[in-house]
Amino acid sequence: MRQFRRALPALGLLAAASRAHAAEGVGQIDIAQTNWTAMAMFFVFVAITLGITYWAARRTQSASAFYTAGGQITGLQNGLAIAGDYMSAASFLGISSLVYNNGFDGLIYSIGFIVGWPIIMSLMAERLRNLGRFTFADVVSYRLSAGPTRVLSACGTLATVAFYLIAQMVGAGQLIKLLSGNLLDYWEAEILVGVLMILYVTFGGMLATTWVQIIKALMLLGGASFMALMVLIYFGFDLTALAAKAVEVHPKHDAIMSPGAFVADPVSTISLGIALMFGTAGLPHILMRFFTVADQKEARKSVFWATSFVGYFYILTFIIGFGAITLVRTNPQYLDAKGALLGGANMPAVWLAHAVGGNLLLGFISAVAFATILAVVSGLTLAGASAISHDIFASVISRGRVNEKVEMRASKIATVAIGIVAIFLGVVFEKQNVAYMVGLAFAVAASSNFPVLFLSMYWKRLSTRGAVIGGFAGLISAVTLTVLSKGIWVTVLGNSAAIFPYDNPALFSMPLAFLLTWVFSITDGSRSAQAEQAAFEPQYIRSMTGIGASGAPAGH
Amino acid sequence: MKADTASRIRNNPYFVELEAKRGKFGWWLTAIMLVIYYGFIVLVAFFKGVLGTPVFGVISLAFPLGIGVILSAIVLTGIYVLRANGEFDALTRKIVAGER
Repeated sequence: MRQFRRALPALGLLAAASRAHAAEGVGQIDIAQTNWTAMAMFFVFVAITLGITYWAARRTQSASAFYTAGGQITGLQNGLAIAGDYMSAASFLGISSLVYNNGFDGLIYSIGFIVGWPIIMSLMAERLRNLGRFTFADVVSYRLSAGPTRVLSACGTLATVAFYLIAQMVGAGQLIKLLSGNLLDYWEAEILVGVLMILYVTFGGMLATTWVQIIKALMLLGGASFMALMVLIYFGFDLTALAAKAVEVHPKHDAIMSPGAFVADPVSTISLGIALMFGTAGLPHILMRFFTVADQKEARKSVFWATSFVGYFYILTFIIGFGAITLVRTNPQYLDAKGALLGGANMPAVWLAHAVGGNLLLGFISAVAFATILAVVSGLTLAGASAISHDIFASVISRGRVNEKVEMRASKIATVAIGIVAIFLGVVFEKQNVAYMVGLAFAVAASSNFPVLFLSMYWKRLSTRGAVIGGFAGLISAVTLTVLSKGIWVTVLGNSAAIFPYDNPALFSMPLAFLLTWVFSITDGSRSAQAEQAAFEPQYIRSMTGIGASGAPAGH
Repeated sequence: MKADTASRIRNNPYFVELEAKRGKFGWWLTAIMLVIYYGFIVLVAFFKGVLGTPVFGVISLAFPLGIGVILSAIVLTGIYVLRANGEFDALTRKIVAGER
């Protein structure tokens, strides 16, 4: 109680400060100016993470250390790292921006991003941990023919990683260019991000990547909590007052309180829902994180912590989005002459930071956004590099006959290559609208990676032929339908009408993958298919008990 | 894993118990999440007016329901961890001990 009373004046002070900032905009902003606070905080983050990479490099001498940090990450650490991997800049800036523009419809994304987690928990996490070693392809190829299924999984991984990476790289370039006050050009920002992620991953492997993600998750959760708190204080913790003010000042008024402004037709809504829910369970950089913990107990704890942090964060984006409607929309210093947001559509959260906390908070949130992008691209790069070195190079091309040193060298070369490709793609896509990229990454993950991985663990009759045909059908149909939808066919390619009328392909591409996998598995009477069925039983028992799992303490 | 090990574990009563309990529990939680989420999505897709009904001041029904979906995801994962880390792990330990 005494502590509570002591905290009260502090809260009052914060309230006064937040009102003062919001009213006068302490420290005028000028986006042509370099934001030195942001730059300084960013360089502190870079220095710390490079220090961690140096520390981690000495512990990253084996393949298991490189891919999975030796399986020594605890459940809580891994949960934070998963949250750090999952809460991308797209979800922080993007969802705040969706809420800023459309109100409630942004929440549809927040919800979709979280509901995949209970599915991962109750159906996948334990079995993944018990069956896999470095990549989810280890699980898929456990009893199926390694060559074709690893090629399929690697293609699914690389497609997901590439689409996700492009969205992050373009966002990174624009954000850094803007917040450095044009001190850095777009392409210089791309190179900076690319070089840093190459350094983290090649030298520090999974251990450094994990800690970069943990630090980033804590910064993001801290920064977002503080912003939401300042908004709540401003409105005296009265959510109805916040909402009433938002309805009053938003040009769409009442419409921001009900669905409809953003997600158009029912089919697109349901399709998006499927992509977000099952895509989460097929993201390679997330699946890979389950191999960094010691056993299935820690894997479960990871999911619980991750779900809690991510869920909490998405609830905060709501307060932040509505806070931005009330405090940014009404303040001419954040708007240009036409009333559009300075710096582009993704800026509501950044300007809200300035509105409630001045230049210091603006700098901190900008640094958080950089850190967010760096952590996410590092995780993606590591997942992509593992698919190339572990699945394609070591397992398919060399048929498992390479030693660990050579495989590690291959993974480092792959990391550098992916880094360079990412910089290149970031530059190529600079002027493109990349809004559809994250949706496409989720659609591919839901339509190719998830069906094959799920059936390999649960369905005895799955055969190599079925998995490969179904998996590629899901991958190709998801990409093709996306290209034919409005996001690319009309917005990017400039055609007059979309051939595929819905925003997201998953409602069609995911069932197609399941259907073709089923058809081509049950009709597969080959001897290898019979052997694969016979091998299901031992796989199933290991997946349930962990006996024989990598790093398992017992059962040898 | 050798075939005889597999069939021995298969017939272990603890394994049969684990399989029955965990399988059922996992599918139940999955089904609950699917119903909650797609129930919500169906409301968003077809019953926009219902969701737009104001409940607290101008705050519409959509918001408490939406936040409820997020919280239910956290609660469901929490429930699974609680039961699995106790009951299921105890069964697994017994199965593993039998194999030593």
